[in-house]
Amino acid sequence: MAAAPARARACIAGIGQTEYRRWGGFSDRNEFQLACEAIASAARDAGLRLDQIDGLSCFADTSIDASLMQLALGIPELKVSASVWGGRGGGPCGALSLAASAVESGQARHVAVFRSLCQGQSRRYGKFYPQRMHSDMVGPYGLFSAAQGLAMVAQRYRHDYGFTDAQLAAIPLMFRANAQRNPRAVTYGRPLTLEKYLASKWVVDPFRVYDCCLETDGACAMIVTTRERARDLPRKPVEIIAALQGSDADWGTGAMGSHNMPGDSYTSGGQRQLAKRLFETAQLTPADIDVMQVYDHFSAMLYMTLEDFGFCARGEAPAYVEAGHAAWPDGNTPINTHGGSLSEAYVHGLNHVLEGVRQLRGESTCQVAGARTCLVTGGSVISPSSAAILGV
Amino acid sequence: MPYLPTSVPGPKIDDVNAPFWEHCRAQRLTFQQCAGCSHLIHPPLPVCPRCQSVERQWREAPYTALVFSFVWVHTAAHDSVVAALPYNVVLVEFPALAGVRLVSNVVNVSPGQLAIGDRLTLLWEEGDGGQWLPRFRKEAPT
Repeated sequence: MAAAPARARACIAGIGQTEYRRWGGFSDRNEFQLACEAIASAARDAGLRLDQIDGLSCFADTSIDASLMQLALGIPELKVSASVWGGRGGGPCGALSLAASAVESGQARHVAVFRSLCQGQSRRYGKFYPQRMHSDMVGPYGLFSAAQGLAMVAQRYRHDYGFTDAQLAAIPLMFRANAQRNPRAVTYGRPLTLEKYLASKWVVDPFRVYDCCLETDGACAMIVTTRERARDLPRKPVEIIAALQGSDADWGTGAMGSHNMPGDSYTSGGQRQLAKRLFETAQLTPADIDVMQVYDHFSAMLYMTLEDFGFCARGEAPAYVEAGHAAWPDGNTPINTHGGSLSEAYVHGLNHVLEGVRQLRGESTCQVAGARTCLVTGGSVISPSSAAILGV
Repeated sequence: MPYLPTSVPGPKIDDVNAPFWEHCRAQRLTFQQCAGCSHLIHPPLPVCPRCQSVERQWREAPYTALVFSFVWVHTAAHDSVVAALPYNVVLVEFPALAGVRLVSNVVNVSPGQLAIGDRLTLLWEEGDGGQWLPRFRKEAPT
C-alpha cells in the first residue's frame, strides 16, 4: 500500500457507532440492525449518503449476510464484499487493510468497515464452545475459554519475567481511569481502585474479573475512501499510513487451542513479524508513535504487544507500564484512551480504530495534545492478527 | 473419582484426531509423527508442516513430563465443572520428546502446590462416554 500515489492513499473519512451496552442490553434491536445503525452513523459523519457506499469489509466471522446488508442499506452496486479469513478479534485492522486496498486499487470508492457484536443474542464468548478449533485437545481437561487459555501464557510469562499483582492491576486501573472521561464507555461512572481490584473474584489465576474484557453488545463502523475524495468531505481525513495482517511462524491455534507455538514465542503475542513489517511499511519506528490503541482481551496481553512492537525489550513491559509510560496524559505513549475492551466496550477491537481516528481529529475524551500518529493493534496471541498506523 | 467429572464433554472425534483418541482408549499416549520427515506434530494435523506429507505414524510419549505452565480455574465456563472448582489445567512438556506440549490436569495437588518445572508422571482416568484421558500425578507432592 505504500506504493499507492498520495492522492489514492486510503483515508478514514467518517466514524459511527451505536450505544454500547452490557451483555444482553439490547432487546429492541438485533445485531444486524445495530450494524446498519453504525454504518449509517459513519456515513453521516463522513457526509455521505448510504447509496454512495459501494464496498463492505468485516472480520471475526460475522453472522451478517452481505446480500442482506446491501439490500438493507440500499447500496445500488456492491463492488467489494470483503472479510478477513479467520483470526476473530485478530482482524479489525485486517478489515481496514482490505478496505484500504479496495479504494487504493479503484475497485470501490467508499467502503464501510464494520463490526456488530451482540453476545447477549448469540453466545457468551467466555463459555464452553466445542466448535473452536482444537477444543478436543483442551476441553476434556476443563480448558474452555479464551481467558483460561491466555492465562496459561500469562502464567508462563510471570514465571519467566515476573510481575506482581499491583503491576498487573496497573493495566485495568489505567484503562478504567480513561473510561471515566468517556461517556460512551459502559463503565463510565464506575471507577476502579486497587483495593476493589484486589478484592474482586478470580476468573482464572492470574486473571481476576477486572483483567478480562467486558461482555457488551453494540456496533461500530467507519468509512474508508481515498485522500482525494476525502478532501471534499466535511471531516478531517485520517490517513491509513499502513494496515497489515500477519502472524508469526508455526503459530497455529496458539493459546486458543494447541499451545504448541515454538518455544521462543510462547510468551509473545505472535505479532513480532507483523510489527516489524508494519513499521517498515510506514517508515516509522515506535518512537514516532504518539498514542496507541491496543487490543486488550486480557490485561497481561498488553505486555506481549508492547514487547512485540518494540516499545520495550522482552520482559520489561511490567516495569514499563508500572512507570506510567502507557498512562494518559503524561506517559510517553498513552494507551487505550477510550478505555479499551477492559473498560469501554468489547466490539472485537474495531472501537480501538475509532478511538485512533478521534485522537487524530483531536476529539478524544483523553486527547493526546498534538497527536499525529496512532498505532492500533488487533488481537494478540491469536492468528491471523493485524495492526495499523494511522496519521494526520 | 476422576479429577474432573465424567460429565465434562469429551473430545469430538474426526478423521484427523481419531488415531490419537483411539490410542488413548487403549491407554497409550501417542503423538503424530510425519512418516516422511519424522517431524513431531501436536495437535494432529492432516498435512506435515515441514514436508507436506500426508503419511502419518504415531510415536509413544514418555511417562514422565514437566510442568511448562498451568492455571487454576476459579470461575466455571461450563456447568459440568462447577463442583470441581478450583481445578488446575496444566501444560506439560516432555524432556525426552522435544517439540510437543500437551494440555492436561494434575490430579494430586491443591492451589499453591503446583509450579512450573514440577516433575509429573502419566496416569489414566475415565472421562465422558468411557473415553480414557491422559492425566498426571505430581511426584513427591508438597
